[in-house]
Amino acid sequence: MRKFTQLTGLVAPMDRANVDTDLIIPKQFLKSIKRTGFGANLFDELRYLDKGEPGMDNSNRPLNPEFALNRPRYQGASVLLARENFGCGSSREHAPWALEEYGFRSIIAPSFADIFFNNCFKNGVLPIVLSEQVVSRLFDEMYSEEGYQLTIDLQQQQVKTPYGDTFEFEVDAFRKHCLLNGFDDISLTLQDEDKIKAYEEKRKQTSPWLFNAIS
Amino acid sequence: MSARTLYDKLWDEHVVSQRDDGSALIYIDRHIVHEVTSPQAFEGLRLAGRKPWRVDSVLATPDHNVPTTSNERRSGVEGIEDPISKIQVKTLDENCDELGIVEFKINDQRQGIVHVVGPETGACLPGMTIVCGDSHTSTNGALGALSFGIGTSEVEHVLATQCIVAKKMKNMLVQVDGELAEGVTPKDVVLAIIGEIGTAGGTGFAIEFGGSVFRAMSMEGRLTVCNMAIEAGARAGMVAVDQITLDYVKDKPFAPKGEQWQQAVDHWRQFTSDEDAHFDRVVTLNAADIEPQVSWGTSPEMVLPITGNVPDPTREADPVKKQGIERALFYMGLSAGQAIQDIALDRVFIGSCTNSRIEDIRAAAAVIKGRKKSESVKEAIVVPGSGAVKAQAESEGLDKVFTEAGFEWREPGCSMCLAMNADKLGEGEHCASTSNRNFEGRQGYGGRTHLVSPAMAAAAAIAGKFVDVRKF
Repeated sequence: MRKFTQLTGLVAPMDRANVDTDLIIPKQFLKSIKRTGFGANLFDELRYLDKGEPGMDNSNRPLNPEFALNRPRYQGASVLLARENFGCGSSREHAPWALEEYGFRSIIAPSFADIFFNNCFKNGVLPIVLSEQVVSRLFDEMYSEEGYQLTIDLQQQQVKTPYGDTFEFEVDAFRKHCLLNGFDDISLTLQDEDKIKAYEEKRKQTSPWLFNAIS
Repeated sequence: MSARTLYDKLWDEHVVSQRDDGSALIYIDRHIVHEVTSPQAFEGLRLAGRKPWRVDSVLATPDHNVPTTSNERRSGVEGIEDPISKIQVKTLDENCDELGIVEFKINDQRQGIVHVVGPETGACLPGMTIVCGDSHTSTNGALGALSFGIGTSEVEHVLATQCIVAKKMKNMLVQVDGELAEGVTPKDVVLAIIGEIGTAGGTGFAIEFGGSVFRAMSMEGRLTVCNMAIEAGARAGMVAVDQITLDYVKDKPFAPKGEQWQQAVDHWRQFTSDEDAHFDRVVTLNAADIEPQVSWGTSPEMVLPITGNVPDPTREADPVKKQGIERALFYMGLSAGQAIQDIALDRVFIGSCTNSRIEDIRAAAAVIKGRKKSESVKEAIVVPGSGAVKAQAESEGLDKVFTEAGFEWREPGCSMCLAMNADKLGEGEHCASTSNRNFEGRQGYGGRTHLVSPAMAAAAAIAGKFVDVRKF
């Protein structure tokens, strides 16, 4: 996993509440057996004017000029500013894969859906919860200033605006540790191998039916 | 020990190790796998040179991509016309064969939607922790289990370690007391709950459904309710173990038998919330107030009683909500204030992990029997949740009830719920659907989904528009 330490990046808007993972990456692209190749289809139904299918040459497709991410001023954005309950719906990890591949390393919103929030941390993407008032203010600042950038410091747990404001955010210590170091959490869990085995042995005694083979 | 909720008990029993930061290593008893969210996990395992920790805890079946027409199903995987879907289903077969994972393959009679197959085979049992790379894994909580959806990285993590790293959620009780009116079903109850608390209302919570309505509800009804806990934002929904649970589980193929059964039952009886257990949030609904529900918008919280009218955005003060209503009305092709009963339908879909079990099929058939699908409805399809449900329905002659009424009787799979296979809506088409999500494009590009119960979908297919099934 890519490390996340500090980032100063251009901010782009996804200005609607309850953005679901079907909207982030539509289901036809989930047929892939790979982890890559989803960036070009991020927000496919909003981004293009035609209907997207896997295998299409996306560079020839008609872009929706109304969609924020297609505007010149947001090209190269790495921070996505969003509204409440971002990432609701399906558990598809293809959603953070698509966001990350497109170039977003961090998403700021007043709230996130649980599974999506969790999936981001597994992919080097930092989801940040700030209050609704702060998020609204960031939206206003971003809209009024082309080239608006935010600086995100994971170690300090701070978001800094170009006007010198600093907002603190919460992050679980374990997730922070993994993200700062780019750790693969499977190897960390396997450090507890003995505990898992001991737990399993105990349960084989108390609840043996859980270990019946299925066939 | 102080009073605990059902969720507290399930959690406590599965803690392998508690970490200082509040997260814990939680042991997973059952891991269900399907073709869409697993290939990258198997590949990750292989690249890291790891093996599954406990192969016998895993059960796989393909469901999202499988075709549902008998023609396309006849020659199994090779017959899948979409080459990309075919590769994905084949990849699941290859991964399971290589690792020795039990898989109900495409034309095995036990194949079906993961969340239908788990409970009906007894692979999912009370007191278990159950995960699957699918958000509707909350379904199995109906058994008195802790069951939730995970992403692909976590699928790999569970395969490799049999555990998940998680932080305990908060406890929410959704209490519905009283008696449901005739024609009001579990689907209406859960849609009414989502309408009440919103799609983010359960975020960060595990929801227990309690009260006389759920105590009286069949196991299949409870599965429908817990299935949609995620639509209220809660990763896990659950119902306490009682005699209805035990009667349902007994004699299922993978349920414990003989002495082990008695031992298991003795253990499972503890899985109820203690009387004075603390819930961080309690929501109560009165059963008598719940009417048959229809979703009008593009989020499951945009739901109304069949007697209702679509909202008027000019009456909404909050600008973000107002914009949301306007966008939904535009996408759905509806006008402010329009009566729900004036919405005409192009297609009807009866199926999905929410409503494709035998009781759902029976409820729809009871409405349809002796009637005909409206000429104005282009297509009405019934997709049973598994081969077992299909066989049961056919043994009761229900397939004939549907086909005689002009419905199509299909092979099991997820089908038009998410339209990853050929079953989808055309642009602008309205569909009465027994599925769980009405998001933009969910059932096909530009498609317009209305979530309803099986009985309401059946009545809508006959009438060509939404009608009140209580008067039908």
